[in-house]
Amino acid sequence: MSDYLILDKVTKSYPSPRGPSIIVKDFNLRLRKGEFVCLIGHSGCGKSTVLSMVAGLSEMTEGGMILAGRELVGAGPDRGVVFQSPCLLPWLTAFGNVMLGVEQAFYTASKEERTQIVEYYLTMVGLGESMHKYPGDLSQGMRQRVGIARAFALSPKMLLLDEPFGMLDSLTRLELQEVLLELWRKDRKTALMVTHDVDEALFLSDRVVCMTDGPEAEVGEVLEIPFSRPRNRSALLADPEFYRLREELLTFLSDRAGRPGARSPVAGLDSAPVPKTIPRPAAPAAKHRSQLATTHP
Amino acid sequence: MRNIRSKLDWLLMPLVGFMIAVAVWEFVSVALCKELPSPAKTWSESRDYVLKPFEKRGEMDQGILRFTWYSLILVAKGYAIALAVGTPLGFMLGLSKTFTKIFDPIIQVLRPVSPLAWLPLGLVLFVGAGKQASELGALFTIAVCAMWPTVLNTAVGVRAIPQDYLNVARVLKLSRSKTFVKVLIPATLPYMFTGFRLSLGIAWLVIVAAEMLTGRPGVGGFLWQEYNALNYARIILCILTIGFVGFALDRLMGCAERCFKTA
Repeated sequence: MSDYLILDKVTKSYPSPRGPSIIVKDFNLRLRKGEFVCLIGHSGCGKSTVLSMVAGLSEMTEGGMILAGRELVGAGPDRGVVFQSPCLLPWLTAFGNVMLGVEQAFYTASKEERTQIVEYYLTMVGLGESMHKYPGDLSQGMRQRVGIARAFALSPKMLLLDEPFGMLDSLTRLELQEVLLELWRKDRKTALMVTHDVDEALFLSDRVVCMTDGPEAEVGEVLEIPFSRPRNRSALLADPEFYRLREELLTFLSDRAGRPGARSPVAGLDSAPVPKTIPRPAAPAAKHRSQLATTHP
Repeated sequence: MRNIRSKLDWLLMPLVGFMIAVAVWEFVSVALCKELPSPAKTWSESRDYVLKPFEKRGEMDQGILRFTWYSLILVAKGYAIALAVGTPLGFMLGLSKTFTKIFDPIIQVLRPVSPLAWLPLGLVLFVGAGKQASELGALFTIAVCAMWPTVLNTAVGVRAIPQDYLNVARVLKLSRSKTFVKVLIPATLPYMFTGFRLSLGIAWLVIVAAEMLTGRPGVGGFLWQEYNALNYARIILCILTIGFVGFALDRLMGCAERCFKTA
C-alpha cells in the first residue's frame, strides 16, 4: 500500500541563548490513504508541534513532508484543521464560518452549490436547526461541531485534529467522537489526530503513535488497533483486547523507559527550556484514565 | 410607591444634581463674585438665543443652535479627515513592527501638543488660501488633534487579534484582502470604535478653541465675542451648549459602538 502522508526526519528547533532547543527530532511517520492515526503523548511533548507543522502553521527546521505525492509547503485548505478551541469567527454565524472555508475551497462552484455543501455538513454534525446562530449563542460542544463541519466541508485531502475534544466535558466528548467517526466513515479521509486521551485514541484510530517526551521528541511506539469498523463503543468496552491495548499505552506513557537516548539528563538540560527538562512523574498518566472505563469496570 | 420612585430615579437623581449646581451658582453670584451673572440673569440675557435658536440677525448675532450647527459641520469635516488618516495609520502600526519602530516615537511626540499650538501653524500652512485660510487651519487642527486616539486604539486592536483567528485565515488560505475584510477589520472594530469615540470628544474640544482664535461664527466664536462685549451671561449659555452637545455626541457614539460590538 502506498503512503499518502510521509513525514521524513521532521525536526523542529528554536534558537535559544544556549544553542538551538530541539522540540521534535527526526520524526518519521507514514500514513496510508484512508487511515486514522492518533498521536498520543504527554502534554508538552511536541505532538501539537508536529501537527501544526503538517498544517503549515509552523515551519519545520529540517526534514520533509509529502502529502499525496506533493511536497507540503505552507498552510492551505487541502488540509482540514480542527483546532483545540473551535476558533470560530464570532462575527460570522455558524453558516458563515463554514462558508468562509467553502468559498475558498470551491471557488468555482455556484452559490447554490456552496450553500448546499455548507448546509449538508452542518446538518451532518447535528446543527441543522441552529446553523444561523452566532458562536456566542452556541455551547462549547456545538461550536466544536461547527469546527468539525468546517474542516470536513473543505473536502480536504486529509484531516488534522489538534486535541479537538480537549476542552469539552466528558459526555459531550463521547458524543462528538461519534459525530466525528460518522463523518469520517463517509469518505474515509486520511486523518491525523493529536490527543492525550487513551480511550479516545483507541476508539477512533487504526494506529496509535506514541511520542516520547520532549525535548527531542520522536516516535516511541506504534500500536495497531485491530478493532473492526464501524465501531461500537459498548462492544469495544466489552472486548478484553481493548483493555490489553489500553494497558500497553498507559504503561508506555507512565514509564518512559525504553526510549533511546532520552534518559541522558545532560542532553536534556543542554537543549531545552527549563520547564521541559523537569522529569515528569509517573502520576499524570493516571489522569488519562477515562471516566467511561471507571464507570464500566 | 417605592417602585415608582426607583423607576423615576434615572430622571430624578440627575435633576437633584442640576438643582444643587444651580443653587451653588446662585450663591456664588450673589455672595462671592458679583461679576458672575446669576442663573436668572443668564436666562433673561440668553432668552432670544434660546427661544429663537435658528434666527439669523447678523454674522455674529444668531440663534444658539444655528451657531452649534456651524460648529458641528466644521467638526464633522475635521473628524472625517482624522478618521480617514488615523484608521489606516493605526492598521499599519498594528500590523508592522518596523512601521511602529519608525513612526511610534514621532507619534508620541506629536500627540501631547495642544490644539492651541497647532492652530497658528495651520493658519500659516493655508495662508495661500486667502479667505478659506481660517477654515482650513481649523480643519487641520481638528484633524491633527483628534486623530491620535483612533490611531492608537486601532493599533492596539490589531495587535490584540487572537492568533486563533489569524490561524483560521492561514489554514483556509484566505487572500490578503479577504483576511483584511473578513478577519482583521471585524476583529479590530470594537477597539476602533473606542478610538472613534475618544476622537470625537477631542474634535469637539478643539473646535471651540479654533473658533475662539479665528473668530469664525460658531459656538466658540460667539463665546469669545460675548466675552469681548462684556456680556458674561451668554458665555455661560455657550458653555452649557458646548457641554450638552458634547454629551449628546458621546452618547451617540456609545450607541454606534454597541451596534458594532463583535465578539
